Amino acid sequence: MTSKRTKWGALAAVGVLAVAFAWLIYGGLDSNVVYFLTPKELLAKGTEGYDKPVRLGGQVKPGSVVWDEQKLDLRFAVTDGTGEIAVQSKGAPPQMFKDGQGVVVEGRYGRDGVFKSTSLMVKHSNEYKAPTKGERPSEMYKSLMKSTGT
Amino acid sequence: MTRLLASNAILVAAAITALGAFLMPFAVRRGRRDWLMLGYAAVYTNFVLVTVATLALVWGLVSHDFSIAYVAQVGSRATPTFYTIISLWGALEGSIVFWAWVLAMYGAAVVWFNRNREGNLVPYAALTLLVVSLFFHVLLIGPANPFGAVFPVPFDGPGPNPLLQNHILMGVHPPLLYLGYVGMTVPFAFAVGAMLSGEVASDDWIRLTRRWTVASWGFLTAAIIAGMWWSYEVLGWGGYWAWDPVENASFIPWLTATAYLHSVMVQERRGMLKLWNLNLMVGTFVLTILGTFLTRSGIISSVHAFTTGTIGYFFLAFIGIVLIAALFMVAGNSDRLASDGKLDVPVSRETAFLLQNLFFTAFMFTVLIGTLFPLVAEAARGVKVSVGEPFFNKMSLPLMVALLFLMGVGPALPWRKAAGPELKGRLLPGIVLGVLMLVAVIVAGGRSVYAMLAFLFAGFALGVNLQEFVRGANARVKAHGESWPMALVRLVAGNRRRYSGYVAHIGVVLVAVGVAASSTFKKEQEATLKPGETVTVAGKTLRFKSAWGRQERQREVIGATMELMDGDRVIGTIEPRMNYYPTSQQPVPTPDVRSGWTGDIYLNLMAFKQDGSNVTVKVIWEPLVPWIWIGGLVLCLGAILGAWPTGDRPATRTAGAPALREGAA
Repeated sequence: MTSKRTKWGALAAVGVLAVAFAWLIYGGLDSNVVYFLTPKELLAKGTEGYDKPVRLGGQVKPGSVVWDEQKLDLRFAVTDGTGEIAVQSKGAPPQMFKDGQGVVVEGRYGRDGVFKSTSLMVKHSNEYKAPTKGERPSEMYKSLMKSTGT
Repeated sequence: MTRLLASNAILVAAAITALGAFLMPFAVRRGRRDWLMLGYAAVYTNFVLVTVATLALVWGLVSHDFSIAYVAQVGSRATPTFYTIISLWGALEGSIVFWAWVLAMYGAAVVWFNRNREGNLVPYAALTLLVVSLFFHVLLIGPANPFGAVFPVPFDGPGPNPLLQNHILMGVHPPLLYLGYVGMTVPFAFAVGAMLSGEVASDDWIRLTRRWTVASWGFLTAAIIAGMWWSYEVLGWGGYWAWDPVENASFIPWLTATAYLHSVMVQERRGMLKLWNLNLMVGTFVLTILGTFLTRSGIISSVHAFTTGTIGYFFLAFIGIVLIAALFMVAGNSDRLASDGKLDVPVSRETAFLLQNLFFTAFMFTVLIGTLFPLVAEAARGVKVSVGEPFFNKMSLPLMVALLFLMGVGPALPWRKAAGPELKGRLLPGIVLGVLMLVAVIVAGGRSVYAMLAFLFAGFALGVNLQEFVRGANARVKAHGESWPMALVRLVAGNRRRYSGYVAHIGVVLVAVGVAASSTFKKEQEATLKPGETVTVAGKTLRFKSAWGRQERQREVIGATMELMDGDRVIGTIEPRMNYYPTSQQPVPTPDVRSGWTGDIYLNLMAFKQDGSNVTVKVIWEPLVPWIWIGGLVLCLGAILGAWPTGDRPATRTAGAPALREGAA
């Protein structure tokens, strides 16, 4: 075997590997990309929107929150003003979760019309700003601090 | 006063680095030693000036000098001094100052140690270091200037981001990361120096920077592990790695640097892969800048991304310039980069290294593409997407398993020649240990193929690498009549480079075992409890005692006291908390972890009734997670062994297989 032939053989092998690898990556990306959608956009997809991983962004619809603390079952609706989707989530809501709060829910939209969430994040500004008076979160918990006498 | 001192120090440093960089090529061309010394003096002066600027900024923070823009942005009188000092890297501008300082320090040190070397390698490396320094000075004068004036001077500031002042690891992870990231500039500068001076054919650029590279790699490794630990201890989700873009940004250059540490051995031993090694080092450097671009430009939102501004364009432009310059330099040297040796035997150490490099490169591209894809998709198609964890897991698990296998086979294979009959003996301990671990996993209920393979190969790699120590020490005991521990110490001291690698391998195995076990056997449960009620996860029973609140200097704390039970007996208390910082509307979860040899009991306070009548806690059993941190320490030990400067002779390239280096084989 001449060294030239070895060289071409090696190049060809690397080429085949590179193509196979690119194919794997493409396939992996294709089936694992999570789209970030608003309720309106998700509803507009119709049946296409079911059972795909989605990040749903919007506000918690005021008055829609039902929290069963014994079963750890949380139900609420996410709205963007026009569309609205019912969400079911397991586990306690984050502390800042409340009516009108911006949230991002990751999960899948089921054919029963309920979005099953696997993770629930409260959307908050990354740049932190001082809260206005009366909005200080800690004031809401003063009672607990008093009751235990610290 | 402080402000003017610092900002002028940066201005003068920028001017001096620019002058030095301008002077250096002429000094080399004309062979003017005196000009060269001036160029080196610019490197040292830059270090002094940036040190002044950095100390001035720290002084500004500590003395609460709110006339400095950066202090007004991140300082507050209520923040404890420790967190005030480390808020130097708590936001964009300060982190660039710190970066510039670490870079200036590396530059001054590496030039000082190599200042007397003949030839043009070191001058051109110094030139490269000056140019990179200049880039960071431009950032500090332009888009990331921390020394702006604030008027009227506020009495107090908001304090650092709550997430960054909630745990002591914030004082550890960022400096380690910078030491690792910035340290990669040193081998890069010498790679460029080698190409500009035409000295690529010699391995000098690799030998002169070997310790610097190993040390930087060690810092980067430690930083990644510390980052995982921070995420685990602070973020409250019970995990340590989420393939988050910023985690990936630190991991991508680590992959190429690790590939490089292995492939340079092929160049030093066999004179092969010269072009590849240059590219790996240029790539590693570019990936560190890309990582900084991702985390600092605000293009990705996370704890690491501080602000949106024009700084992203500066980084992109710099990356473009480096890539184009490197392309021309590599092309200009192509005739000098031919291999001296070739791959003569398919099953040899060289092949193991080649495969290792192939897998590491594939790994790097996987993570890189997965990280950049959302940016590309948004730019090209205007859709907002994210690439989920399943992609990274699916793609990386086979690679990790294959790498674990190679880590076991590689050290047992000889250089150049085909493996002889002694191979069986060298592999046997690994095979036995691997099968034992496999059985253990199956007995414990692990059914996933990757979990089984991971444990099998982790045991295999552990066995083979440990065996190298035992075999070498036994041979010394026989030959020199030393006691066994003494033989082990002398064995490692006599060939630190080789055994430091095996120590690092053992560290990787421990990390891999911790990761595999915790992702396979993790158990978690959330429960809402009234005082006296219990919850049981993985056989561990916890009883809720009480909820409480406490006022601390810079924050308010709500906590729950949970008792760990053994039957009716209380054997310990665990107190997950939530910390409320006045400047943040979101509480910072502060999970509490009780560690043992077999795993962690991880508790996070999720919610509570304001009257304390009940709390919701998440209880997670995290098997073998402490071994990830122990493995990280072992990895660092390996890096220290490999980088420690004393008593090591420069390695010479050998054509044949030197009996001494192969130990007792």
